Amino acid sequence: MLDALTVLMEIVEGSPMVSKFKRNPGTRLNMDLVDAIQVNRSAVERRAQTLSGRRSVKKQWQAAWLLKALSCIDLTTLSGDDTPERVRRLCAKAMNPLSPDILAALGLENTKLTTGAVCVYHNMIGPALEALNGAALPVAAVSTGFPAGQTPMDIKCAEIEKSVAAGASEIDIVISRQYALNGDWKALYDETKAFRKACGRAHMKTILATGELKTLRNVARASAVCMMAGADFIKTSTGKEPVNATLPVSLVMVRMIRDYHQRTGHYVGYKPAGGISTAKDALSYLFLIKEELGRRWLEPDLFRFGASSLLGDIERQLSHYITGSYAASYRQAMA
Amino acid sequence: MIELMGTMEYGPAPESADQAHAWLDSHGRAFGHFIKGGWKISQRAKSFKTRNPATGQVLATISQGDRGDVDAAVKAARKAQKGWAGLGGHGRARHLYALARQVQKHARLLAVLETLDNGKPIRESRDIDVPLVARHFYHHAGWAQLMESEFPDHVPLGVIGQIVPWNFPMLMLGWKIAPALAAGNTVVLKPAEYTSLTALLFAELCDEAGLPPGVINIVTGDGRTGEMIVNHKDINKIAFTGSTDVGRLIRQQTAGSGKKLTLELGGKSPFIVFPDADLDSAVEGVVDAIWFNQGQVCCAGSRLLVQEGIQKIFITKLKARMEKLRIGDPMDKCIDMGAIIDPAHHKQIDKLVKTGVREGATLWQPDCALPKKGCFYRPSLLENVTPSSTVAQQ
Repeated sequence: MLDALTVLMEIVEGSPMVSKFKRNPGTRLNMDLVDAIQVNRSAVERRAQTLSGRRSVKKQWQAAWLLKALSCIDLTTLSGDDTPERVRRLCAKAMNPLSPDILAALGLENTKLTTGAVCVYHNMIGPALEALNGAALPVAAVSTGFPAGQTPMDIKCAEIEKSVAAGASEIDIVISRQYALNGDWKALYDETKAFRKACGRAHMKTILATGELKTLRNVARASAVCMMAGADFIKTSTGKEPVNATLPVSLVMVRMIRDYHQRTGHYVGYKPAGGISTAKDALSYLFLIKEELGRRWLEPDLFRFGASSLLGDIERQLSHYITGSYAASYRQAMA
Repeated sequence: MIELMGTMEYGPAPESADQAHAWLDSHGRAFGHFIKGGWKISQRAKSFKTRNPATGQVLATISQGDRGDVDAAVKAARKAQKGWAGLGGHGRARHLYALARQVQKHARLLAVLETLDNGKPIRESRDIDVPLVARHFYHHAGWAQLMESEFPDHVPLGVIGQIVPWNFPMLMLGWKIAPALAAGNTVVLKPAEYTSLTALLFAELCDEAGLPPGVINIVTGDGRTGEMIVNHKDINKIAFTGSTDVGRLIRQQTAGSGKKLTLELGGKSPFIVFPDADLDSAVEGVVDAIWFNQGQVCCAGSRLLVQEGIQKIFITKLKARMEKLRIGDPMDKCIDMGAIIDPAHHKQIDKLVKTGVREGATLWQPDCALPKKGCFYRPSLLENVTPSSTVAQQ
C-alpha cells in the first residue's frame, strides 16, 4: 500500500509518465475464476447511463479535468493513406497540444504538457520517432495483424519484435476474437502470453475488439484472461469495428481490472478507443474511472484514450473556458 | 491548475436557486390556499413555516387549512365537476396536454423549488421527479382522449380528496391529479406540511394554462386538515399515500361512508442477492434501492438478504461503494444524497439505528464529509441483524 501511495505522490508532483509500480507479471490461468464471472447487462447499462448524470465538474475543476483527459490521449492515426508528413504533423500536435496563448492563460506555460503517446502503424514508427526528436513521449504501434488479427501466429510475434526493435515502447495487440467467441480461454491465454513475451520491455495493450465479442460476459472473461496472461493495459477496440468504446463495456472492463488488482495487487491500465470525440464524452469516462477504480487510475500510466479528434474538442472547450466564447475550428492547429 | 490536476476533486457544481427565491418573493413568502382558481388568504388563519432541510432556512409561511377552507375547496370542486366531466374526453385531454407542457416549460423552477423545500438532490428532482410528472400528464391526457372508446360505461366519481406525502411532493401530486382529472373528476389536494411549495406553484401554473376554476383546489396544512378532508361528507373518494398507521386510520374513518379509497403505504422491502449474481451490479442495485432520495421511498430496499457464501465479498464491495457516495448540498449537481426531510425524522432515524446497535447489530458508516449545518445522515450499514431485530421489522 505504501508503494502505491508513493507512486501517487510522485505523480501528483508532476512526473506522470513514470510508472513506479511493478508491471503486471500475469498469473496462471485460473478457469474457476473465469467461469464464475457474471455480467448483468441491464444493470450495467443502467449504471453506465446514470453515472454521467451523477457527477459534474464546472469552471476551473472542469478545465483541470479536461487537461487530465488531454494528457491521457494516445493521439492516433491508423489509416491506409498515412504518410510520414502526416505523422510528423501528428507528433507536432502531440508535443504541443494546446496553443501557447491557452497555456499561458491557464498558467501552464512552463510545464511540458503533452498527450499520453502517439499511436501509429509499424511503418510509421520511424517517422514518429524522428519527429518526436527525443521528446519523452512514447510511440505506440498497433500490431499482430491489426485490426482483424487474422494472420499466422509466427508473423504476429515477428511483427511485435520488429516494432519493438524499431523503437516502439508500447505495443497495441489485437486478440483472436474466435477464441473468446468459442470460449477457448486457454488458447486466448497462451496467445496473449506469447505476445507479452514478444513485447519484452515494451508495454502491451491488449485490444479485445469488444464490439465483436457480442456479450458483456465475453468481454469480462476476455479481460480477466488477458490480465492473467500479463497485459499491461486492456483496451476496448481497434476503432475499426462497427461498435467501438462504450460506457457499459468500459464499466465491465474496469470492474475486471479492480477485481484483478484486489486479488493480485497488480495494476492494469485501461484504454477505451474509438468513437470518443467530445470533451463531454471524455469527462464521462474519467468519472467512471474515478468512481470505479479510484484516483490512482487517472494518470496516463494507467489510463489512455485512443482518439484522434478528441484533442480538438478539448482545446475548443479550454479556449471557451478562457475566453467565454467558442473558437472557429480553423483557428486551432490541426492534429 | 496543476494542483487541481493533482487532486482531481470534483469541485462544487451548484445549481442556482435564484429563480425559485424570486418566485417565493413574488408571493411575499406567504401562501394561502388555492381554491376556485384563486388564492384564499385569511388574516386570522393559523399558519406554519416551511424550511429548507439542507440549511434550516425558512422558505415561506404556509396556511393551516381549517374546516372553512376545506368546505370552500370541496364546494368549488363540486361546482366545477359537472362542467369538467361535460367537456368530454377530448376536451379534458386538451387541458391535460396543456398542463404537461406547463410542467415542461417550468421544469427548472419546479425542480429547484422541490429541492429547496424537500432536500433531495437537484439531480433527482431535475432528472426524475419533474420529467415523470410531465410524462404522467401526457400519459393520462392520452387516456382522457380514449375514454369514450376504451371505457364506454365508466363515469367519474365526482370530487376526490387527495393527500400526498413529502418524499416525492410533485411526483405524487402528478400521480394523483392526472388520472383523476382524465376520468372527469375534480380534486381537493393536500400536500404534506413539510413540502407544500411545488403544489402551490403547480396550482398557479394550472391557472395560467386556463384550467377551469375549481377543477384543482389545493388546501395546505398538517394531519388535522387531512382528517377534515377524509371525513368530509361531500367527497366521493380518498386517495392517500403515506404511512401505514395513517392509512389504517383512514380505512377506519371511511368505513361505511360509501367513499372509495386508494391507499399507498409503507413497507420494509427486502433486497435479495443470490450467489450467482453479478455482484458489482447487485451492489449498484442496493445503492439505488436504499439511498435514492435518502432512502425516503415507500419501497426502499431497507433489508439486505445475502446468501451466506458470498456475504463477505458482497459486504466488502458494498462498503467500498458506500465510500464513494457524496453527501451534501442537494443543490450541487454532483451529490448522491441530500438532506433528510426534517430534524424530527433525522432524530427518528438516529434512534432506530441506535436501537439496532443496542440489540446487537454492528454499525458501519463511510468516512465521508458531511455539511456542518443542515439535516444530513450518513449512509449506514447494520450487520449481524436478525429477523427479530427492531431494525428488521420497522
